[in-house]
Amino acid sequence: MIKVTYIDHAGTPRTIEAEEGIDLMDVAVDNLVPGIDGDCGGVAACATCHVHVDPAWKDKLPPMGEEEDAMLELTDDRNQYSRLACQLKASPELDGLILHTPVGQH
Amino acid sequence: MNETAVIIGGGQAGAQAAISLRKEGFIGAITLICEEPELPYQRPPLSKTYLAGELAKERLLIKPAAFYDKAGIELLLGVRVDAIDTPQQVLQLDNQQSLPYTHLVFATGGRVRPLHCPGIEHHHVHYLRTLADVDAMRDKFKPGKRLVIIGGGYVGLETAAVAVKHGLDVSVLVARPTALGRVTSQVVGQFFEQVHRAAGVNLQSNTDVECLKGDDEEVVVTTRGALLNADLVVVGIGLLPNVELAERAGILCEDGINTDQYGRTSIANIYAAGDCANHPNAIYKRRMRLQSVQNAIDQAKAVAATICGKNKPYTQTPWFWSDQYDLKLQTAGVNTGYNEIVLRGDPKTRSFAAFYLRTGRLLAVDAINRPAEFVAARNIIHKHLAVSAARLSDESIPAKALVELPQTATKPNMGTSP
Repeated sequence: MIKVTYIDHAGTPRTIEAEEGIDLMDVAVDNLVPGIDGDCGGVAACATCHVHVDPAWKDKLPPMGEEEDAMLELTDDRNQYSRLACQLKASPELDGLILHTPVGQH
Repeated sequence: MNETAVIIGGGQAGAQAAISLRKEGFIGAITLICEEPELPYQRPPLSKTYLAGELAKERLLIKPAAFYDKAGIELLLGVRVDAIDTPQQVLQLDNQQSLPYTHLVFATGGRVRPLHCPGIEHHHVHYLRTLADVDAMRDKFKPGKRLVIIGGGYVGLETAAVAVKHGLDVSVLVARPTALGRVTSQVVGQFFEQVHRAAGVNLQSNTDVECLKGDDEEVVVTTRGALLNADLVVVGIGLLPNVELAERAGILCEDGINTDQYGRTSIANIYAAGDCANHPNAIYKRRMRLQSVQNAIDQAKAVAATICGKNKPYTQTPWFWSDQYDLKLQTAGVNTGYNEIVLRGDPKTRSFAAFYLRTGRLLAVDAINRPAEFVAARNIIHKHLAVSAARLSDESIPAKALVELPQTATKPNMGTSP
């Protein structure tokens, strides 16, 4: 199992054991993590699973696709650490990953 | 005594209303009544990854079962509402029970528009709206089988794309002159027709079905002058809003249940959201009924806020998407009433955007494998920015920069309504 920690806007961490291959939006929704909606079901169409990746992890993630990059433009609080959780899959390389959920999604 | 909220319908709007009521701080009991015997699930994948067998049933769920327990949302699955006593604020259920409410949300969605023709009751004829519908056609959805799809809308074309990939022999019969005729322009519709034909689909437009005949083995679909033999027929000719219960309760309905911007119907303490609701659109300044995930979610959020005494009217820009083959169609806005189409990019490259304008205002975009154009258009429409056709078509200007035009944000008026 792969540990992923979601930290909400108030600083509360929730560490989830994720199954390899499941995207990190689904992992959050399945485990009732607040601040991640995933309205479109994980096809990078709605930008409601926006997360800020912990800076230490930024360069360890797979690169962002054109679609994800475009959709992030719809979010209010995009920064250099922004990603869509639906485009990140749980993998052994990401064991210990820390994601922050932006205030706008709470 | 605490207030209670009852939601009729367990689709995207119903589930969202329940979720958002809790998020907005509603502390009373919440009951969600759903005719289908399933936990609320997402419908878009039904004609896409779920039909393709690429998505497990559990992944369709909007929220896991534990969510409803934790949020204190009671689910009455497989239950129908028979009648509403609006003065007393009590529902009569088909399980002989009655249920009082303080707030009642209609999220009754829609049902498939039935095709009326001789032979339609043949057991190889299916519709595609529910999980059960897809599961029921699985056995026949096999490589080498002959599939005839009646209808050239999103559902028909998405089903065709999945079927071709799955090795079925696919025909699509479109009654209109062009596929996707209800929702898009001729240029975009014809682009999709070409894509399907190139993939091996026998797509025929201007083609009505006259009758269906057949035996245990196959169905024979008769059109004007032609016969098509099929192992499976899928009908996707649109949706009818489920308004009958509301009508019987005396709620004003005109192509859907009429609401205001807050989701309130003509009767106090009764609201509507999603495919069944007809709302006054803030952007287009006219009533419309939209059938989309975005509309279901955003209207349900508005309704939940209204019930909780908050002022969050429904003002979002509509958006839609469709996946077919390697193509992602993303639509922002509603193009009704356009008098100019501007193309950005060449359809031959399978990556282009069609912008729909009316007197210098952007009404909508169909973006095919062009997410940046989709996002830019959504922002332009939402912020009521002026645009010029010349800039929209100029590929030397990045899509992102289209939003940053030096024009003034004008008052939110899209011109005259049709």
